[in-house]
Amino acid sequence: MAVKDYIRERFFPHMWCPGCGHGIVLNSLLRGVEQLGMSKNEIVMVSGIGCSSRISGYVDFHSLHTLHGRALAFATGVKMSKPELNVIVPMGDGDALAIGGNHFIHAARRNIAMTAIVMNNRIYGMTGGQYSPLSGYGTAATTAPYANIDHDFDVVQLAKAAGASFVARTTTFHARQMTDILKSAIVHDGFSVVEILTQCPTYFGRKNKMGGAAEMMEWFRDNTTPIGSKAKQENPDLIERGIFVQEEKQEYCAEYENVIKRATGGRS
Amino acid sequence: MPKKKLKEHLINREWCKGCGICVHFCPKDVLELDEQDKVVAARPQDCICCMLCELRCPDLAIEVRVEAEQEEASESR
Repeated sequence: MAVKDYIRERFFPHMWCPGCGHGIVLNSLLRGVEQLGMSKNEIVMVSGIGCSSRISGYVDFHSLHTLHGRALAFATGVKMSKPELNVIVPMGDGDALAIGGNHFIHAARRNIAMTAIVMNNRIYGMTGGQYSPLSGYGTAATTAPYANIDHDFDVVQLAKAAGASFVARTTTFHARQMTDILKSAIVHDGFSVVEILTQCPTYFGRKNKMGGAAEMMEWFRDNTTPIGSKAKQENPDLIERGIFVQEEKQEYCAEYENVIKRATGGRS
Repeated sequence: MPKKKLKEHLINREWCKGCGICVHFCPKDVLELDEQDKVVAARPQDCICCMLCELRCPDLAIEVRVEAEQEEASESR
């Protein structure tokens, strides 16, 4: 199948702004799914609210567009009732870590098999450029005209500490790496977190004078480095990208099956 | 790996929003935005089929088509 066979062409051109990185995430994700040779029927995409969450409308998989921050809760229900399906949960930074922060850490703790994608553009784009938990200290936003005084989460550290068994980070500049990481995350049997640094030229870029979409992608190129690189040792401010955690761990749905077997004494 | 040979750049003008990411990152300066801010392949003869424009297009608006024979040959080696 070609990439275009996985989208709902009738909804294109999509609603994202010119240069929005979310389209690159969609592009790379579709390529990953295509390269894995998956059928549309074996994937469920569950999303919440925000620019990023509109992605579920554009893919021709099973899709659920749910409540703000609650995508992982709905996805847990889907996975528990149909464990044979592959569940992909794209979320924005605000969606995943502000209103959905508790769902995020507990889904990671349970290690339920699904792929949580944090499309991190460091801003609430849809509602007008308010700062998010990932904007970071010193950044500008509509609601932080005199600079943001909130520190940001490190999504990778947070996911690791919460117990996710697959944790990775990449950017929209590194489209090929993004496809490879998403493929590994989708086939991983456990809770996978992939943070993708993506550009919002309309709000984050404009408010922080970072230039247009291409300049913001150059920033990703210049300020990230592969995990454990020499460059990172020389410049600790660089953001590492790659796969941080990839481990075997009891998966929640499989464990739940075992509980049913124990409770019914094998009679079910 | 044998060189890929370009067939054409398939550009969907309805979907292209003229963000210029493909133009900016093209290593061979093949692409340009026209007066309507839509991408065009101004110098297709310079294209090395690296596919970076296609992979990074947020609008799924550009596709680099390569010659079919070359594709099969590269796969069989």
